[in-house]
Amino acid sequence: MAGPLDLTVAEAAAAIAATELSAAEYFAAWRAAAAGDELNAYLWTAPEPEGEHEHLEGPLGGVPIAVKDIFVTEGVPTTAGSRILEGYLPPYTASAVRRLREAGARVLGKTNMDEFAMGSSNENSAYGPVLNPWDRDRVPGGSSGGSAAAVAAGLAPAALGTDTGGSIRQPAALCGIVGLKPTYGAISRYGMIAFASSLDQCGPLTRDVTDAALLLAALQGRDRCDTTSVGIEAGVEAPSREDLSGLRFGVPQLAEEGVEAGVREVFEATLRRIEELGGEIAEVELPNSELGISAYYVLAPAEASSNLARYDGVRYGVRRGGDGDLLEMYESTRAEGFGPEVKRRIMLGTYALSSGYYEAYYGQAQKVRTRIAEDFDNAFAAVDFVVTPTSPSVAFELGAKTADPLAMYLNDFFTVPMSLAGIPAISIPAGLAAPDGGGPELPVGFQIAAPAFAEQKLLEAAFALETAIGFNRELAAVIPWKGSA
Amino acid sequence: MVGELSGILEHVDRIGRLDLDGVEPTSHVVALENVWREDEPRPSLPREAALANAPDPQDGAFRAPSPQAE
Repeated sequence: MAGPLDLTVAEAAAAIAATELSAAEYFAAWRAAAAGDELNAYLWTAPEPEGEHEHLEGPLGGVPIAVKDIFVTEGVPTTAGSRILEGYLPPYTASAVRRLREAGARVLGKTNMDEFAMGSSNENSAYGPVLNPWDRDRVPGGSSGGSAAAVAAGLAPAALGTDTGGSIRQPAALCGIVGLKPTYGAISRYGMIAFASSLDQCGPLTRDVTDAALLLAALQGRDRCDTTSVGIEAGVEAPSREDLSGLRFGVPQLAEEGVEAGVREVFEATLRRIEELGGEIAEVELPNSELGISAYYVLAPAEASSNLARYDGVRYGVRRGGDGDLLEMYESTRAEGFGPEVKRRIMLGTYALSSGYYEAYYGQAQKVRTRIAEDFDNAFAAVDFVVTPTSPSVAFELGAKTADPLAMYLNDFFTVPMSLAGIPAISIPAGLAAPDGGGPELPVGFQIAAPAFAEQKLLEAAFALETAIGFNRELAAVIPWKGSA
Repeated sequence: MVGELSGILEHVDRIGRLDLDGVEPTSHVVALENVWREDEPRPSLPREAALANAPDPQDGAFRAPSPQAE
């Protein structure tokens, strides 16, 4: 029987606004669901509602939202999945969270993540991996793995995540939900713990495209605390498009190797679905995209090595090593506070920025970035969207790639180019497929990318396609969040 | 970790060999004008709040070990 937890965010907010649903009871029901988390999706869940429900008339009035633990929240523990921030109680709140609250939302909990958002499986969290609700022996993806698993499992109606090279889209794909990375600059990064500042962008993880639009509308906008934030000038509205006629979808040449057969089948079936809706499929050339991973794994670690210099045991966070001098304290704090992937990236980044190597690595990577952005500009002269599978594989088994960091990095193959170009991209669930080598059928994500600030057009196309695919409707019996209510 | 880092560097080395003379580097993807604002004082964090997370605060300041060993 359908209950309040079956409602989407849009439906719940409407029911609360019409006083058909009590905000306090709705919040309490979600709190109980979140408290039953068996996936390690949450690092913290809200106690009794703090004070009265405010802004109930807002577009997200009374809706609880799970927030990735990378957003600082005043008085609420914030760790970014790292030991080095264990016990940290931020003295201020991130702008994205403040905006959600102003729209009427409430923080339901803080979700688990790869340490400092570095990872594609959530296995790099200092607080243990998150389990995929479709198959608990598999990863939920990362780095926003806790946010994706919470929404997919029915432990939150919607969640906030961050995406630096795919960290919203890939876990959304692996968990069978919607994940949107907006244009760089659409949403303020103030209070979002920095990983790679020129790439980091916040966005929603939701059950459907309508909810993604609703959250984006609340989140986007210029913020005086982040001078790189510009907002989406045209605004964002609930999408309503039913067909794709007159729209051209560009498909880049897929590398034959590395994409699972089942993923490829679902991708091709979705292309046919686009044509049934009146859309046109065209080939596009993105010749430099295959260099994306190489450029990304120079640029992101370089920026991270600089951003993470702040964790020195002096002003906040843990301090280790008591009796020695300052250098000994720095070394002990960072050696014990950071996990292996974070150390790996700091070393890669400092190497790429070091004298004598700077031009060969960082300088070249920035030029490749230009080339990749130009490829998209050229493609968008001929097509409205570029589409790819979100991830080359369905959710893989826990531990399958932890011994080979490069194999883990290559999982970001389809999502990294959009991050480097700063353009918006959405992943919607397109169907189920068995992994290569057999196993249970698992969700496959379909990625749609659009030109910078064309979020509304992107959401309209995703909405029409989502309606035609009917993922939530047809698979109701096996979708974790449907089954849990 | 040495082996892992070598493997990663080998992969990213591909970009070191490209001829990209004349290509402008991209450090920021969105075209931005200088952002100006009035130079008005605004409230900032109270000292106690700024020090609340410090591992070893003392006399309203952050305290760290001496840079020179005894």
